[in-house]
Amino acid sequence: MELKLPNPVRPAFTAPSRVDTTIVNIGPSHPATHGTIQIIAELDGERVLRADVHCGYLHRGFEKECEAHTWHNLIPYVDRLNYCSALINDFAYCGAVETLMGIEITPRAKYLRTLLAEYSRVADHMTCVAAALMELGAMTAFLYLVTIRDYIYEHLADLTGARVTYSFGRIGGLARDLPDGWLTRLEEILAQSDDFLGRVHGLVDRNRIFIDRMRDVGCISTADAVNYGYTGPILRSTGVPRDLRKDTPYLAYAELDFEVPTGIKGDNYDRYYVRMREIDESIHMIRQLVELLRENGQGPINVEDRRCVLPPKPLVYGEIESLINHFKLIMDGPQVPAGDVYVAHEGANGELGFYLVSTGGGTPYRVHCRAPSFVHMGGAHLMLEGYQLADIVPTFGSINMIGGECDR
Amino acid sequence: MNPLFDRIRERLAAKVNEAAEAHGVLVLRIDAAALLDVVRGLKDDFRFDMFSDVTAVDWLGQEPRFEVVWHFYSTVHRLRVRIKARVPEGEPRVPSLVGLYGAAKFMERECHEMYGIAFAGNEDLRPILLYEGFMGHPLRKDYPKALEQPLVPYREGFEPGRE
Repeated sequence: MELKLPNPVRPAFTAPSRVDTTIVNIGPSHPATHGTIQIIAELDGERVLRADVHCGYLHRGFEKECEAHTWHNLIPYVDRLNYCSALINDFAYCGAVETLMGIEITPRAKYLRTLLAEYSRVADHMTCVAAALMELGAMTAFLYLVTIRDYIYEHLADLTGARVTYSFGRIGGLARDLPDGWLTRLEEILAQSDDFLGRVHGLVDRNRIFIDRMRDVGCISTADAVNYGYTGPILRSTGVPRDLRKDTPYLAYAELDFEVPTGIKGDNYDRYYVRMREIDESIHMIRQLVELLRENGQGPINVEDRRCVLPPKPLVYGEIESLINHFKLIMDGPQVPAGDVYVAHEGANGELGFYLVSTGGGTPYRVHCRAPSFVHMGGAHLMLEGYQLADIVPTFGSINMIGGECDR
Repeated sequence: MNPLFDRIRERLAAKVNEAAEAHGVLVLRIDAAALLDVVRGLKDDFRFDMFSDVTAVDWLGQEPRFEVVWHFYSTVHRLRVRIKARVPEGEPRVPSLVGLYGAAKFMERECHEMYGIAFAGNEDLRPILLYEGFMGHPLRKDYPKALEQPLVPYREGFEPGRE
């Protein structure tokens, strides 16, 4: 049976601008773009003259669906935005709801969230760098990085029960406390990652092939990056130390000692290097947080607030007030005071913002996610135009578009 | 209130209907027609150089129905400003910010397809997360969540909506 399907996109241009150019379609399911993205490009030989970037192939109505569930039920959904560092989404979303409710989380929850956010950032950056290197043929470096990433996933599974999408944040704290020996294994993994990261640096940093593909390719200036709303490693690779963890400190970042690595000219090599340096800084922060947890981070992980935190199980089974409390929290959801709030955390890709509107009930009236990947796609053509067709692969890899958060 | 917020409030008093601080963010309620003046003032005089976000809220049953919400961030002052403007259902039109911020191009496209807000001045309001030919605006409160508009026809005998 022959199916005639309508074209889901309308290209920005259909006619070549000159007689000697060609228009080609790349994606949305191209093996070299890890992520469903469609690029319609006009080529002069192998040079990209114009690029029209289309996203949306992973759109699944996240924001619409959020309006039909209680505040707590959204946590598995926000996990699936940036699924390479799901915990950062969890904590940004929970932080936004807590701001609306006027809740301050316990010191232990604060340090644990910060630690887990940085741990996720390490995994996310490793995924991005590993994939970008693999696409350039650096299989050994890829395997070193995903080995560590897999240790991290397994280690997080020990804590949360899941490898990728953890649903571990809770409004008012966390799902559970650390299991015995978790911090010991953490230090083992960090020590091994120091070793493996050193090997990756040795393999590619001064590698002629790598430099030829990455240096001076996909450049973006600071002015363009700010104008197009770029944040995160891409903005920092242009040479400015803009980092929400430093600029508007949240969680425990004000207590930590860390640097904000920057690049020189915003090309692919800088983006690679900024991410590698950020991994180092995150590991440095994780080690400080382990100390802080030991010194100041004892105590409960959840606040004593029956508006959002479930009562202890023995009480649910033992007294009627707690049973009703539990029932109301599950069936009606936490009652969040009316109002709106915008909370932004520094996600692995940049500013991850949640704009929440509550009318005072147990379900949100409106949830909007300001996803860094989506905003980055708006200026992606700047990094593609003027370079070779083959440069699309490393440039797109270094932007690190995550379909889950881009298309929502 | 942050001293910078006070200065903004003073400078833009003529164009702003209401200004207040909420959770560390300056919230300005304006008429949609004043948007370009207010944003230009923020960008040029107070260095709000980053356009973070635009979205809308559908207050179905209220008049005017839609509330368009913009967020700006200053990388210099490290502060945020939220601008809100109500637009009626009959003419949901606000000025576009494409002349001031490149980031507006994509974000206004999303808000346009999800709510049907017309951004006057943005020439490229093609669908971005949805597809060509999609009917309606899915984030409006009167768009049913379960409504399906498949591009690929269902298999024979399949009834949509059946679990």
